Amino acid sequence: MRALVVDDSRAMRRIVARILTDLGYEVAEAGDGQQALEVLASGAKPDLACIDWNMPVMDGLTLVVKVRENPQWRDVTLMMVTTESEHSQIVRALAAGAHEYLIKPFTPDSLRDKLDLLGLLPSAVAS
Amino acid sequence: MSIAPEAFTFVRDLVRRESAIVLDAGKEYLVESRLTPLARHAGEGDVNAYVRSLQVRHDPVRSRQVVEALTTNETSWFRDADPFTALRTEVLPELAKARTNRQLRIWCAACSSGQEPYSVVMSALDTPAVAGWKLDVVATDLNEEVLQRARRGTYSQLEVNRGLPATTLVKHFTREGASWRISPAVSSAVTFRPLNLMRPFPPMGTFDVVFLRNVLIYFDLPTKRDILRRVRRVLSPDGYLFLGAAEMTMGVDDSWQRVPAGRSSVYRIRGEER
Repeated sequence: MRALVVDDSRAMRRIVARILTDLGYEVAEAGDGQQALEVLASGAKPDLACIDWNMPVMDGLTLVVKVRENPQWRDVTLMMVTTESEHSQIVRALAAGAHEYLIKPFTPDSLRDKLDLLGLLPSAVAS
Repeated sequence: MSIAPEAFTFVRDLVRRESAIVLDAGKEYLVESRLTPLARHAGEGDVNAYVRSLQVRHDPVRSRQVVEALTTNETSWFRDADPFTALRTEVLPELAKARTNRQLRIWCAACSSGQEPYSVVMSALDTPAVAGWKLDVVATDLNEEVLQRARRGTYSQLEVNRGLPATTLVKHFTREGASWRISPAVSSAVTFRPLNLMRPFPPMGTFDVVFLRNVLIYFDLPTKRDILRRVRRVLSPDGYLFLGAAEMTMGVDDSWQRVPAGRSSVYRIRGEER
């Protein structure tokens, strides 16, 4: 399984990447939405993208819209991972095409729970 | 009885040392509710006596049980998603065919802070076969403090992160300050009441489904057998029993038949025992 972690905070990318790596994912990273699009355009086919909302250059919501516009990337599961926690924001992200929404701060278990819901827990660790 | 401050401190330090998980002040109810079955199992009168016995004599097995009870069972929504998928796609549609009164009664027998019964109601509301049916969920727990929390129906950001799909969150919850409140459409279907599984059950009527997940593991064999026998009496003959993923009736009470349901299993009373 492959994941793309998109966050402008290097520390946060490391935290998410670490959890995913421990679960058996191969992880690529991008520092903003534009970089993420470049990674995807280069042919990377992640199963999952974890996307922060507030980032410079291109924010996460715009990235979700752009990824959903391109049928080539329709198999990529998109999960917002963000401090934005208003009811209306979650609704907006889901309407834009995000499959899941994880609010920071979160525990490794809650990320794992979300992957379980999405059917994206690598089989070796799925309970 | 509530847990003594020194007992809480001891347990908090033990859990932090062994698991790096920090039990903040205010988690006394959690410690008490999780350790009460262990205390019983060990033949101690209450949690304080049980913790004292650990303080007096280091016991690696008991210490590990304490840490596991407080860490691996962290309550989440739709905990182990499979049983709830089975409920939605198999159990409720089957019951919908068998019931003409358009009513379902479900018992969550160790409901802790309410995530399981509320998840049951949300699952039912998302099941077309029982749309518009009257749903009566009875949710019980030993601990009055967790029941009070469950009745409040408000959960922290960290709690709603655990296993709750985002679509479900926005559909059934509203923000209330830093917390999220479950909608009246869900909470009104649930009645919370205290109940000790070790004692004879109070009159509750008959249920179509019983959730008894991750609680038998704390009891010894005769107690497990006795609880399962009494559950049989409150479950309708064609009803369904959900146990935890690590639990089974085999070798405990063979009046039950394990039936596959989706990626999960449920238990039904064998024909000859009905």
